[in-house]
Amino acid sequence: MKFGVVVFPGSNCDHDAWFAVSNNLGQKAEFIWHDAPSIGDVDAVILPGGFAYGDYLRCGAIAKFSPVMQSIRKFASSGGLVLGICNGFQILAESGLLPGVLVRNRGLKFICKPVPLRVESTNSPFTAEAQKGQRLVMPIAHGEGCYIADDRTLDQLEAEDRVVLRYLDNPNGSMRDIAGILNEQRNVMGLMPHPERVSEPLMGSTDGLVIFQSMMSYVAQATTPVLSAH
Amino acid sequence: MTPQLVEAHQLTAAEYARIVSLIGREPNYTELGIFSVMWSEHCSYKSSRLHLKKLPTRSQLVVQGPGENAGIIDIGDGYAIAFKIESHNHPSFIEPFQGAATGVGGILRDIFTMGARPIAVMDALRFGPLDKARNRRILEGVVSGIAHYGNCFGVPTVGGECVFEECYNGNPLVNVFALGVFRKDQIFYGKAKGVGNPVIYVGAKTGRDGIHGASMASAEFTEESKQKRPNVQVGDPFLEKLLLEACLEAMETGAIVGIQDMGAAGLTCSTCEMGSRAGTGVEIDLQYVPQRETGMTPYEIMLSESQERMLLVADKGREDEVFRVFRKWGLDAVTIGHVTPDGILRVKDHGQVVAEIPNRGLADEAPLYDRPHAQPYRPVPLTAPPIPNRATRAAIESDLIALLGSGDICSKRWIWEQYDYTVRTNTIAGPGSDAAVVRIKETGTSIAMALDGNSRYCVLDPREGAKLIVAECCRNLSTAGALPVAATNNLNFGNPERPEIMAQLVESIEGIGEACKFFETPITGGNVSLYNETLGEAIYPTPVMGIVGLMKTAAPTPMHFQNPDRAAMLLGAFGECDETHFGGTQYAKVILQSLWGLPPTLDMDYEKRVQQAIREIVNAGLAESAHDISDGGFAVALAECSFGPAAVGASVKLNEQARAEIALFHENPSRILISTGEPEKVQKIAREYGVECQQIGVTMKERLQIGNSSGWLVDCSLSDLKEPWEKSLETRLLQP
Repeated sequence: MKFGVVVFPGSNCDHDAWFAVSNNLGQKAEFIWHDAPSIGDVDAVILPGGFAYGDYLRCGAIAKFSPVMQSIRKFASSGGLVLGICNGFQILAESGLLPGVLVRNRGLKFICKPVPLRVESTNSPFTAEAQKGQRLVMPIAHGEGCYIADDRTLDQLEAEDRVVLRYLDNPNGSMRDIAGILNEQRNVMGLMPHPERVSEPLMGSTDGLVIFQSMMSYVAQATTPVLSAH
Repeated sequence: MTPQLVEAHQLTAAEYARIVSLIGREPNYTELGIFSVMWSEHCSYKSSRLHLKKLPTRSQLVVQGPGENAGIIDIGDGYAIAFKIESHNHPSFIEPFQGAATGVGGILRDIFTMGARPIAVMDALRFGPLDKARNRRILEGVVSGIAHYGNCFGVPTVGGECVFEECYNGNPLVNVFALGVFRKDQIFYGKAKGVGNPVIYVGAKTGRDGIHGASMASAEFTEESKQKRPNVQVGDPFLEKLLLEACLEAMETGAIVGIQDMGAAGLTCSTCEMGSRAGTGVEIDLQYVPQRETGMTPYEIMLSESQERMLLVADKGREDEVFRVFRKWGLDAVTIGHVTPDGILRVKDHGQVVAEIPNRGLADEAPLYDRPHAQPYRPVPLTAPPIPNRATRAAIESDLIALLGSGDICSKRWIWEQYDYTVRTNTIAGPGSDAAVVRIKETGTSIAMALDGNSRYCVLDPREGAKLIVAECCRNLSTAGALPVAATNNLNFGNPERPEIMAQLVESIEGIGEACKFFETPITGGNVSLYNETLGEAIYPTPVMGIVGLMKTAAPTPMHFQNPDRAAMLLGAFGECDETHFGGTQYAKVILQSLWGLPPTLDMDYEKRVQQAIREIVNAGLAESAHDISDGGFAVALAECSFGPAAVGASVKLNEQARAEIALFHENPSRILISTGEPEKVQKIAREYGVECQQIGVTMKERLQIGNSSGWLVDCSLSDLKEPWEKSLETRLLQP
């Protein structure tokens, strides 16, 4: 399959995501520049980590106006897979593609460390290959990863089985220990931990691979090929 | 030109006379400003240059030695690395957050201006003790400044050191090391070649920030220094990230002839150094310089140290290729002048010449001083004070716990968890390891890096102290299995105009030179930071070494014991230590609160053989864990080996006759702790290198026991030892 990795000015995990899916998983992958008029013929889009547009104003606040986000919205609404990692999650939340918002960590400091997570739902194209309740360890690296939303949204996320990953040892104060969520159609996922950083044995773990592998299986099995937006 | 004005520019009467004779007339105000920054200690190395020449700078692997923006080493397979260390001490004291942040920004530009993509940063930090609120505030500011810049830029901060000493109370040290990788055929130099070629300004606009930063860094601190806060620049890591990507992309067009960042002394330094290196002149007109403020004078524009700016020279006629790239990244790129044949830096403002100085005069004919140097300043006695007997088990256990929780030895997790150390997915061994290791994706090679200083050793004996630091760095790298190949140094000292301080500098440089020659790690560049004094009180002499090593990419050998029931081995002699050589240890500092005597004795030949042996042991896959013994000595190192996630400690016995506390806590070099399932094979390798290697005990679950012929000296659960080590820094920082 073919992954598209979006590059905003200030993205800095773009190459890591590209390397994880191309080198470690042998898939095709290409970069998509932030003002590209179209995202081309990719099967899935990754919004990588970093500090898009310097995270000025608020993280993700400027990125949502980026030309490429238009195509990504269309792609998502036509069922295409969109994965937002870290800053990518922040951008998806800011764009309204995912509910809630990510604010400063509880301790007000940037935190970089491996954290244990629990897979809460396997009913998604991003976690179908994992086991429900499975423990995954992935690094976080963010200053603004505290997920908040109003109670109704949180209840709805839980009722609809859209909380995909939870922290076992909440590092940033996220409500209900939420580390990753889905949109209503379940084809857009955002998560604060970095699966791409644990996708080869040399980096100490391959716990992140299951996310990308689930996406690959989903795309391979999709009966109706996912249409790309133009 | 009045003598007061000359003095206010920190130029001596003799230096002023030299300026007059160089240009054949009195300089105008702008020219005086230009000379003052280029001839400042920070830019000209006028006190240290003579002695820096004593350092070894060549080897088969050195592609570029000192004199460029960074040193370059060939790592094989068509690739090279660029690396350097630089200080931002003075700005970090005045404004910790921005001072440290722009320190990171400056050294990153030094790396990517050569065409290399930065892949690792490390920092060596020194502060006054944390019982003072001001020191806590400085530490927090510096750490968040480094985190802010490095994390946003997207370079992993993979290691470093953090040390506390009274002498850094009014003068913290922030030394930042950066390393980048590139193809060997894509190296760029800071040369203004090709008469007629356009000189192009790129990046941030010029403002009034940082004017005279370089001269500020060349003066002692007084009570008024805090008023120099406007001299500290403000960093924008997002802009720097754009600048990085734009520069690397522009370099690929092939239209760039030479490029240099605007760091200390800004536009002045970049124009005259690029001209001087190429033997050309540079003519610019300031009306084209993008400006953030209105009404800036030529003096201010030339001396501004606004961050995130670069100067480049492009092939005439191909400017558009360069402009296109910078436009893509949304950055200013403007032709501000051109290269001339006359070797002169000519600065115009709306066509009017405002400064005209020979490049070489500025860059290469700066004053050179052979400053008098006497006996190194030594504020402490040679002979040991009476050392109380603390050889009982109760005393040793409590002393070990006190050492593990002391500022220098305790876990620095609180610091490094604020740094993104895994971005770029290359970090094989990160913070907390003996050496940091990052792999190079493009080849099968990994780079190991170690950063180390020890100012207590150096104040006791600057020459031997410096040698011990080089040895320790090389030992750190070897313990990771890497072959040390090259070094960079940051020399932090007091006022060189005092002969006893100058002597510390000279002795340290000579010590570094001797050791780097011996360990075959030539110096490829570095930084000298003098005048680190506040109210007449100098810091301890603090040379910091950054040494890099090469190894095949492979899973790292951890420093922690992995499994119980393995042989615990000591590679290298246990060593003896008399009271005189015990005075620089952490035990003397923390338990006895004293400093005396001499640093530990180093036998470089023996040290080298220990390093050769450990590399062979590690690379043969024989060591389940390996950790070198340094600060705190044997007992502390053994405890550190036991603090891994597997919670495996050890039970060891010593045959030492010496006083137990000296045996356990002396800091003799050339010693490494190993755990292995194959002790005979390990010993065989050690024998081949003529190095002792005795089995001292076995690893065991959850306890640390150290005994001698009279019984246990330490018998503790690991959690009792680990907790103070792990929590100490945070506890100190959180005190009211």
